Parts: sequence; structure tokens; C-alpha cells
Amino acid sequence: MKRFFFLASLLTVLAPNCFATKQLNGAGATFPFPLYSKWFDEYRKVKPDVTVNYNSIGSGGGIKALLDGTVDFGASDAPMNEEEMKKSKTPVVHVPTVLGADVVSYNLPQVKKPLRLSGDVIADIFLGKITKWNDPRLAIINKGVALPATDIMVAYRSDGSGTTYIWTDYLAKVSPEWKEKVGVGKSVAWPVGIAGKGNEGVAGLIKQTEGAIGYVELIYASSNKLAVADIKNKAGEFVSATPDTVTAAAAGALKSIPEDFRVSITNADGKKAYPISSFTYLLIPSKLSKEHGKEIVDLVNWVLSPAAQKMASPLEYAPLPPSLVVKVKAKVGTVKVE
Amino acid sequence: MIWDLQRFDRRRRWKNRLAIFSLTALTAVAVLPFVSILGYVIQRGYPVLSWQFFTSLPKPVGEEGGGIANALLGSIEMVALASLIGIPLGTLAGTYLSEFGRGKVATTLRFTCDLLVSVPSIIVGLFAYTLIVVPMHGFSGYAGAFALLMIQVPMVTRTTEEILKLVPQHLREAGLALGIPRWKVIIRIVLRGSVSGLTTGVMLALARIMGETAPLLFTAFNNRFWAEGFNQPTASLPVLIYTYAISPYDDWHAQAWAAALVLVLFVLILNISTRIIIGRRPEGRH
Amino acid sequence: MEALLALPIIRSLLPQGRKEIHLGDRFFYLSLKTFAVVIICSLVALVYLLWSIAAPAFANYGFHFFTVSTWNPVTEKFGTLAFIYGTVVSSVLALILAAPISIAVALFLNEVAHRHIGTLLGFMVEMLAAIPSVVYGIWGVFWLAPWMRSVVQPFLKGNFGWLPLFDGPPYGVGMLTAGIIMAIMITPTISSISREVFRTIPSTIREGALALGATKWEMLKLAILDSSRSGIFGACVLGLGRAFGETMAVTMVIGNRPQISASLFAPAQTMASIIANEYAEASSDMHRSALAAVGLSLFLVSLLINGGARLILWRSERAFRSRV
Repeated sequence: MKRFFFLASLLTVLAPNCFATKQLNGAGATFPFPLYSKWFDEYRKVKPDVTVNYNSIGSGGGIKALLDGTVDFGASDAPMNEEEMKKSKTPVVHVPTVLGADVVSYNLPQVKKPLRLSGDVIADIFLGKITKWNDPRLAIINKGVALPATDIMVAYRSDGSGTTYIWTDYLAKVSPEWKEKVGVGKSVAWPVGIAGKGNEGVAGLIKQTEGAIGYVELIYASSNKLAVADIKNKAGEFVSATPDTVTAAAAGALKSIPEDFRVSITNADGKKAYPISSFTYLLIPSKLSKEHGKEIVDLVNWVLSPAAQKMASPLEYAPLPPSLVVKVKAKVGTVKVE
Repeated sequence: MIWDLQRFDRRRRWKNRLAIFSLTALTAVAVLPFVSILGYVIQRGYPVLSWQFFTSLPKPVGEEGGGIANALLGSIEMVALASLIGIPLGTLAGTYLSEFGRGKVATTLRFTCDLLVSVPSIIVGLFAYTLIVVPMHGFSGYAGAFALLMIQVPMVTRTTEEILKLVPQHLREAGLALGIPRWKVIIRIVLRGSVSGLTTGVMLALARIMGETAPLLFTAFNNRFWAEGFNQPTASLPVLIYTYAISPYDDWHAQAWAAALVLVLFVLILNISTRIIIGRRPEGRH
Repeated sequence: MEALLALPIIRSLLPQGRKEIHLGDRFFYLSLKTFAVVIICSLVALVYLLWSIAAPAFANYGFHFFTVSTWNPVTEKFGTLAFIYGTVVSSVLALILAAPISIAVALFLNEVAHRHIGTLLGFMVEMLAAIPSVVYGIWGVFWLAPWMRSVVQPFLKGNFGWLPLFDGPPYGVGMLTAGIIMAIMITPTISSISREVFRTIPSTIREGALALGATKWEMLKLAILDSSRSGIFGACVLGLGRAFGETMAVTMVIGNRPQISASLFAPAQTMASIIANEYAEASSDMHRSALAAVGLSLFLVSLLINGGARLILWRSERAFRSRV
């Protein structure tokens, strides 16, 4: 048996190389993985001699792999911080590719319409200060909705992730107490609640526990058919998370986006803006080697093209606003290939 | 007194019946979760199985017909490569422990294996990443096989030692008394006589490494396409299952279950065929 | 040609006065020893790698790292006590649940069941060692945890709620659920190895016991269990090791709160699980360093427990041997 398998694998290794293609390897965030896998499969049709292999090992893993030189490009939800930027021999260019959103999901079968929540209320729930669903502060913003007296069970992410980063970043902006007590990060010390692993884990916890509330990426809420709350944005409107409102958040933050695109767009300005939105980035070194350099630049430019951006909404990702795409393309143009 | 003896005997018989009943009951208790998990996997995975599932490459979400062909081959390749080195290494190290197992090296090795067995597989992955992936500037099947090797060897070593320790000493002494050199005694008598038991240990280790995800994430990485040789990122069943299971898409979930089913069936077929090749087991009741 | 030259060299390496030692023996012994040393070196390399990443954490926190249970990546206050507690309690719980059941299964399959049922169930049990732990984890979240929350935990709380062990609200996930899932995962290991151990006991001993008038259970106790102590111990050590290092399935059902609580219903966190959860996304070097330090403390705890268990076994074996 072993001999058979050994021979089979030997044959595979020695078989004539019938795929005369270049392979690009990328690693990083799990959030955009479904879209990237679709994109890179489509890219094969555009450029048949290039295969792009992207796999999600987490934003941090992707950054580490990029810094170690073991992949051609990285991907991250949260921009690299100063410590990480310093480690790179050549500066790393952050290319925003799509937008995503964290949504607030909850399990209250009696409540039929989407709940309305505001930033300070959410922060206090996650701080453990609001413990029951029929708390007066929830009742005020949800007039006419019969809220049950169930305990609130908070669900959060056990694994470090960009999703948590975006979430804590938003809460720190709307709640000074959160900023002081807990802070912002991919992993934090949560005051109350139970953790699930990955978006699926949190969605699973919410689904199984009546009275649970948690944050997941938009697509996980819809595919698990979880109820999603409308959040009050900076302009005072209650918005629900859709690709349009998320793109509006990017458009609203356009004025203040720095030239390296390393920015947080949570709690953005704009009437239709969804407050818990964020970019996800592809990370490429600003000086690329001859070996794969041209292919990488071509890939990134294709990702920013209208053809690719159009594929985002059906998969519940938000495309970049066109005015931003222009700026990003200009930045990609500064990447040098030897 | 006769009636005392009778009562004593009755108590023994009663204890016997209770014990046998408990054994049966505990086995039933043990079997239940297994049936539940298997049922869970089969129920969700079976509908997706098809010839196409085995022979096509993964497809992006929303498209029909994704498969596990490269993952299945990748898993087989890496496990085979790891076993090629791991089974001999582990068996011989275990032999060392059982036959020459008194000195400092032996005690150290015993503790080493016990420690290595309890290392979280993600640390093994990290180790392999630092040792192989970074110098090679890329993920590869070699690194994946190395990580699996590190998990397999301690298990095989310890089970080999335990099985070989059970060989009665008089068999060895008989061989030596006949003038057979010690190494021949060990290989021809001790090892050959324990093949069935050693196979169990090897199969356990094989089953474990076929299902390991974390070490492969940082070493073999994953590949949506065929890997051209061991030098490239290689897809594997556990990583595919993990990637699909944590995604939000139902059709990917179904594929994950089907892949899990394929994995379990593969190990079962490997197990059965190895047993058939090795032959009937000697000794004991059966 | 070279062999002829080598002979006198090798001869001189042998201890004088024992020239009948076959060269084959010496070669065999040395090559086996080399393999053993290679494996030991791999552990040393692994520990060295971990140490090199963990050193800054130890320098920073010192011995307090082992006595503090807060874990805050944002303020960079790290302590591993809660994880040690979580790992030890959940693994020991898993072993307490799994060992008797695995041994019972092994005895049942070998001695009590009909031959074909025994073989069939045996294959099934070994096959279950192959189920990836992510599958166990998902089954745990979607089947076991709800069942625990709605059936088992209320039952325990209703009848034994006065014990601090069963204090607190039934979440479904927590220490008990993690212990149960780990017990299920290590049962194939312990039971398969135990079966092999039982199988090697010659039928003469079995028949002898029965001939002396023992009941089946007494025969099993006398002939099989007593003489298999070392083998069963080895099997349990392997199982415990697996439980210590188990990540994926545990992290999905343990609740992932770094806290120490007397209740089995409370969420907890293990060392393997925190490393797997946070290492890939660790944002600062100190965070990574602390996680590697947790890895080293896992080694330490494992060493202590293995060492202690071996000591107990050695003592009981000595007593047993002096009896025989």
C-alpha cells in the first residue's frame, strides 16, 4: 500500500510539467477570501498563464509571510502598524480592494423588525453595563417594540482578527469608557461574554443562544439568517448594512484619507454611511523583483478595474467608490519593478 | 459452612454479571457520540459525493461542481512522504527504547516523545515554518511533510515501545541462546512477531496526521490548483475542510462535510487493506 | 578493501575482553541510538526556537508570568495562570472520563463481544481517530453544546447544584463540554493501544484463571488488567498528550475566557487554544513573545505531569514486581 502511494507521488513529482504557468502566492485576511477566490479564478480567464493562489491564514499571518518573503503579496483587514511597517526592507504599499462591514447580530425571536442600536448603547452592552434586553436605554431608541426581559449574552471573537479590530476601533470612537478600559486591537481583553472561533463560531453562538448579541461580518449574518440591527451613524441616521451604505462610508471619508490609504473609516461622515465599515487591503512591496513583479502589478490593476469591482456586491462585499479607485491606481503606478 | 460458600459464590456471580453488564453499557456510551458524529458527517456530506467531486479542482463560491482532487492527492502525497521517513524512524527509535532502554539517552527520549506528543500542532507548524519555509522562501509540500513527520514520529516511537515491551523475555533469550546475533533476534523475532501491534500504532499515527490542519496552514499552505512537485504550496484535505467550514456559504459547508467523509473513509480503507496484507492476528482470544 | 581497514578500528572501539560481540550488533545499536538522538535534537531545536521568541516576555514579566491570570493584548499585561488551569483541568477531566470508558471498550471488544462485532467496532473506533478536529469542533458547537445546555447542564444543576462544581448559568459551552469532547477524541487512542496490550496476554494465563474457577470478570481482572498496567499507562499518557495539545475542537466549545473558576459550567481557556487563536494575528512582538512563553509553559506543565505520573507508575510497578 505504502509502495503504491510512494510510486504515485513520485509520478506526480516527475510528471512532465504540463502547466507552464507562473504562480503567484498570496496570504492573509480571511474576510475577503470568498471574493478573492472568485476574483483569482476569473483572473485565470483573463490571463491564462498566471495562476494566483490565495489562502487565508489571518491578516497577521499574511503580514508575517510578506515580511519573510514567503509570499508574493499579503492581505490584511487592518492596516499595518508602525512596528510592522518598520520591519520591511522596502516600504509596503497598502492597496484597498473592497469594503466590508461588521454587523450587530442578535437572537430575539420575538422581535420581528430590525432592532435599532446606537454606538454608546452597544459599547455599554459590551462593557457589561446593560445586561437585560428590556433596559430603558434600549427601549427609548426602539419605541413600539416589545423587548423581552431576557439576559443579554455577549458573543465575541476568540481569535485575533481584523473584524475585532474594526469593531473595537468603532467602539473606542463612540465610547470614551471603552477606549480607556479596553482599547483597540485584533485581540482585546473582553469585559464580559463568551467567545466563538471565527465568524462562523460567533454566528453559531448567536444562533444557538436566545438573547445573544455579537458582531460578525455582513455575509455571515445573511448566510446564517441572523437578525441584524440598524446602527445610528455619525449623522444621526439609523442605517442598515448593505453594500451601498458601506460604499457611502468610504465616500464620506474620502476627504480625510491619507495618501497611503492606511486609515480607519469607522463612524464616517455621510447620511447614508454605515458606521462600522472598513477597507481590506492587498499588501505589496513598493519595489518588486523581476520574477513576478509585472504579474503582481497587472493583478492589482485588474482587481481595481470595473469588471472586478462589479463582482463584489453579489457576494455582499462593497465596491470601492470610483473616485477612490482613481487615487489607488495612481498609487499602484508608483510601484517599481526591476 | 456450606451456606456461607453458596452465598459467597452467589456474590461473585452477581459481581461478574454486573461487571460484564457495565462493560457493555460503557461501550454503548462510548459508541453513541461516535455514531452521532459519523451520522452528522454522513448526513451532510453524502449528498455531495460524486465522481466529479473526486476529480475536479475547487471552484469559487456560487459555481457548480467544485471538487477535492488536488486536496486528496496533496494529502496522500504529504502523508506518504512523512511516513516514508517517519515510520522507520519511529519504529527504530521505539525499538531502541524497548531493547536498550536503560540509560540516560533512553529516559530522555521517552520524556521527549511524551512532550512532543502534547505539543499543540500549531507550534509544530511554526517550527517547520521557521526551519523550512523561510529559508526556502516559499511554502512547500516538503515543509508540510516535515511538520506531519514531527507529529507522527513521537506517537509511533511510544506505541512501538509499548508493544515491543509486551514480547516475553524468554523469546529473546531463546534466540540469543541459539547463537543468533542480537540485532537479528530483535528484527526477526521481536519485531516480526509484533507486526500486528505495531501496525495499530502506525495506523493511529497515520489517522492523526491525515486529519491535522494547523501544521499544514503554515507549511504546505494551500493551493487552489495542482501543485507542480513538492516544491510548491500543496492543497490538503484538512486545510480544505477548515477553509470551507469557517466560510459563510452553505455549498462550501456541504463540500467540507463531504471532504471529511472522504478523509475518514480513506483512513478506513487504508486500515482494512493493511490488515488484510499483514494477515491474521496471533495470540489472545481472537 | 575499506572494510578490512575498518575492522581493526572497530575492534579497538569494543571494550577489551569481549571480542565476541558481533559487529552487526554494534552497528545496529549505534544506528538506533543515532535515531534516538536525532529525535531528541528536534525537541531541543523546538524548545530553542520557542525560547528565542519568548525570552523578551520572561525578561519583562519574570516569574509573575506564571502567577498572574490577566491576559490583555492591548495594555500588554500577560500572565499564563488561567491557561494552565484551563489546560490541566480540561485534560484531566477528559482523561478521567475517557480512561475507564476506553479500557472498558477495549475489554469488551476483545473479550466479551463476538469476534465479528469486535472486529467491526474495532475498525470503527480506529477510524474515528482520523476525524479532523475541526469536524469535532463543529459537531461540538452545533450538536453537543446545545444538548449540554438544554439537557445535561440543567440536570446536573437541578440535582447537584449545591456543589460549586455546577455553579453558574448553563451556557452549553465551557469547561465541561470541552472535557467531554476531548474525552471522545482521546478514546480511540487509549482503547486501540489497550486492545493491543490485552491481545498479547497468552491464552494460557486466561485459561489458567478460568480453570481455577474464576468468573469471567475475575479472570479479566487477574489475568489481563493487572499485567497490563504499564501498557495502559503508556496509552493514557499518549491520550493525555493529545488532550494537552488539542486546539481546534477545544477552542470551539470552551468559551475562550481566560478565567479561573471552580465551576465546570464556566467558560475557560487553554494554552494550546490561546496560542492558536492569537499567534497568527499577534500585532506586537511582545504579544508574540508572550504567546511563545505560554507554549513553553505548556512544555513545563506537560513535563511535570508526565514526570509525576511516571514516578507513580514506577513505584507501583516495583511493588507489583516484588509481589510476584
